[in-house]
Amino acid sequence: MSGGISLLETRNLTIGYRSKKTFRVISENLNLDLWQGQLVCLLGSNGAGKSTLMRTLGGLQAPIHGEIYIANQRIAQLKPADLARKLSLVLTERIEAGNLTAREVITLGRTPYTGWLGTLNALDEEKISQAVTLAGAGKIIDRKMHQLSDGERQKVMLARALAQDTDVILLDEPTAHLDLPSRMEMMHLLHHLARQTHKAILLSTHELDLALQAADKLWLMEKDGKLTTGMPEDLVLNGTFEAAFARPGFFFDKSTGTFIIQSQPGNNSVSLSGEPNLVFWTGRALQREGFVIEGVQEAFCKIVVAEVNGIPVWEINWNNNVSQTTNIEALIKTIRFNVNA
Amino acid sequence: MPERIQSVKTLPKTAESRQKLILVTLAVCAVLFFILDIMLGSVKIPFDEVLNIIFQRKSENTAWLFIIEKIRIPKAVTAVLAGCGLSVSGLQMQTLFRNPLAGPSELGITAGAGLGVAAVMLAGGSSAGIYAISQLGISGSWLIITMASLGSGLVLFLILLIAGKIRDNVILLIVGVMIGTITLSVISIWQYFSQPEQLQEYIMWTFGSLGGVTQYHLYALSGVVSFGLLLAFISSKALNAMLLGENYARSMGLAIGRTRLVIMAGTSLLTGSITAFCGPIGFVGIAIPHIARALLGTSNHRILIPGTCLAGTVLMLFCDMIAQLPGTQTVIPINVVTSLFGAPVVIWIIISRNNLRSSFS
Repeated sequence: MSGGISLLETRNLTIGYRSKKTFRVISENLNLDLWQGQLVCLLGSNGAGKSTLMRTLGGLQAPIHGEIYIANQRIAQLKPADLARKLSLVLTERIEAGNLTAREVITLGRTPYTGWLGTLNALDEEKISQAVTLAGAGKIIDRKMHQLSDGERQKVMLARALAQDTDVILLDEPTAHLDLPSRMEMMHLLHHLARQTHKAILLSTHELDLALQAADKLWLMEKDGKLTTGMPEDLVLNGTFEAAFARPGFFFDKSTGTFIIQSQPGNNSVSLSGEPNLVFWTGRALQREGFVIEGVQEAFCKIVVAEVNGIPVWEINWNNNVSQTTNIEALIKTIRFNVNA
Repeated sequence: MPERIQSVKTLPKTAESRQKLILVTLAVCAVLFFILDIMLGSVKIPFDEVLNIIFQRKSENTAWLFIIEKIRIPKAVTAVLAGCGLSVSGLQMQTLFRNPLAGPSELGITAGAGLGVAAVMLAGGSSAGIYAISQLGISGSWLIITMASLGSGLVLFLILLIAGKIRDNVILLIVGVMIGTITLSVISIWQYFSQPEQLQEYIMWTFGSLGGVTQYHLYALSGVVSFGLLLAFISSKALNAMLLGENYARSMGLAIGRTRLVIMAGTSLLTGSITAFCGPIGFVGIAIPHIARALLGTSNHRILIPGTCLAGTVLMLFCDMIAQLPGTQTVIPINVVTSLFGAPVVIWIIISRNNLRSSFS
C-alpha cells in the first residue's frame, strides 16, 4: 500500500487568492502527502476550495504561504519544463481544439521532452503508444476531438497526461461531464493506473460513492477550509465523512455507504419479508412513500414478496384481507387505497 | 541517437497523403500564379519573352526587361511576402487569442501600424524631402518599418494586457475593435492638422499598393518578413500547445510569458512591415488561416504554417492580377480587390467545408 515514497508534499501550505494587498485565505496550514501508487480523492462540497487546492498543487496558482515539494524539490524553484516532467494535469476546462485528432492531442503530452520543433523520437512514440493503451484510447485515436463524446475526450486528455510520463497526475473533476457508466469506467481506470504504474494520482470529484469505493485515501475539504485525510472506511466510521456533507433532508447510511433522501416518516407501519433482493427495492419504494417498516407483530399490513415461476409476486395481508400484485406501483396503490378506506 | 520520426507521420495514411496533395497543389498554383502575375499588366509582353527574362535575365527589348525586372518581379515578390506575412500573423493571433475572429485588421493591429506610418509621413513632413515611401532612402525604409512595427506592437501589447484580465473572447474582440478605433481617430486628428500634400500621400497609402516596394525597400521587407515567418515557425510547437488553452500549455512546461512575447514580436513585425509598405490590406489575415484549416483539415501548426503561407501567396497573387484589370491601363487599389473578390471566395470555401467551428470548439 502506502509503504512507498512520498512524491508530493505540502508543508504549512496556505492557499487562497491575493488581490493587491489583501488575501482571501481558503485553507491554511496544510501538511499533505501523496504517496506512490496511491489514488487519492479530494472531496468537498461546491465552493469548499477544491479547485484552488488543485490549481495551487499544479503550479497554476501561487500559494499564499508555505511550500510544495515534488520529489523533494520546491516547485517554486523548478523551471516550467522541469515541473512538466514531474507533474501533469487534467483540467475541467473544455478544450477548444476540435480540429486536432486525438493522437495529435496525446502527442502534445510529449511537449516537455521534444526539441524546439516538437519532433518525436522512438522513445516518444513508445511512451505515446503506452499511454494510449493504458487509457484505453486505442479505438478513437484517429478521430477528431469534436467527433468524440465527453467520456472519450476525457480519456484522450488522460492519455495525454500519461504520455507526459510524470510521477504525479492531478485531475480536476475528471468525471464532471460524464454519464454514470463513463464515470465508473474513469474511476476504475484511475484506480488501476495508480496500482499498475506506481504513479500518485490525485483527483477532485463530487462522486462520493465512487470515491468511497475506489480511493486509497480521501482528502475531505469542509466549508471552513478544514481538510481531513484518511482511509475512506475510517472517515466513514468516525463520522467525519457524514459531517462534511451533512444537510437537512438527507442522511448518510453507513450500512450501504450511500446518502439517502429523508422523507417525512408517516405513521403507517408495514412489515416486509421474502426474497432479499425484492425486499430491498420494495423497502426503498415504501420508505420514499413515507411508510415505516416494522416487525411482523406491530405492523397492521404485512407484505410478503416471493418469486413464482420467475415472476415477483407481492402478497398483501391487510387485516387478514389478502390480495396480490405483480409490481411495486400496484402494491403501493393497493396499500394507499386501504389506508384511505 | 534514436531514430527521428516526424509527428506528422503518426496521422493516418489517407489524411496525411491528402494534406500532402493539397500542399503540393497549392505550391504548383503559387508558382503558376507568380509567372502569370508577371505576364499580365498594362504592357503586353509575349509569354516566351517573360520566361526568358525570368530565367535568363536577358531580352532584346530593353523596355520589357526593365518593366519585368524593375516593376513586375518586385511587385509579385511583394505580393508573395504580403500574402505569407499577413496570413501567418493572422493564424498566430487566432491561436494566441483562441478566437476565430482575430486578425491583424480586426484587432486594430493594422491601425497601430498605420499610426506608426502616419507618425513618419505626417510629422516627418516638416523635414524636407519626405513625401512618399518610394522616395525614402534605405534609412527611411527602416525608419518606417520600425515605426509601423512599434505601432502594431503597441496595440497588440495593449490588447494582450487586457486579454490577461478578460477571458471572454467576444468582449476581447470588442475591446480590440475599440482600440483600433481610438488609434484611427488619433491618426485623423493628425491628418486634420497636416498639410494637403502630406495628407494626399497618406491617403494614397491607405488604399494599399504592392507596387510601391522597389529595390532597397524590397530587401528590407524580405528580410523582416522572413525573420517574422521564421519566428512563427519556431513557435509552431508552442502554438500547438496553446491550442489546449493556457493552463494546459503551462502544465506541459511552456513558459507562457516568453511564448506570448515571441508570438507578439513575430506578429508585430509581419503586420507592421507589410502595412508600412503596402498599406493596410484587410481581410487576408483573418481569412487565409480559415481557408488553410478548411483545406488541410487540421489545427497542427507544423502543417498549417506552410499551408497558410501557400494559400496566402496564391490568393494575394490572384488579387494582384485582378487589380491590374487585364487588358486595360487601369490599376485598382489592392485593398479593394482583396475584399471585393477575396471575401466571396472565402465565404464559399468556409460554407462548403463547414468545419470552421470545429477548430474552435
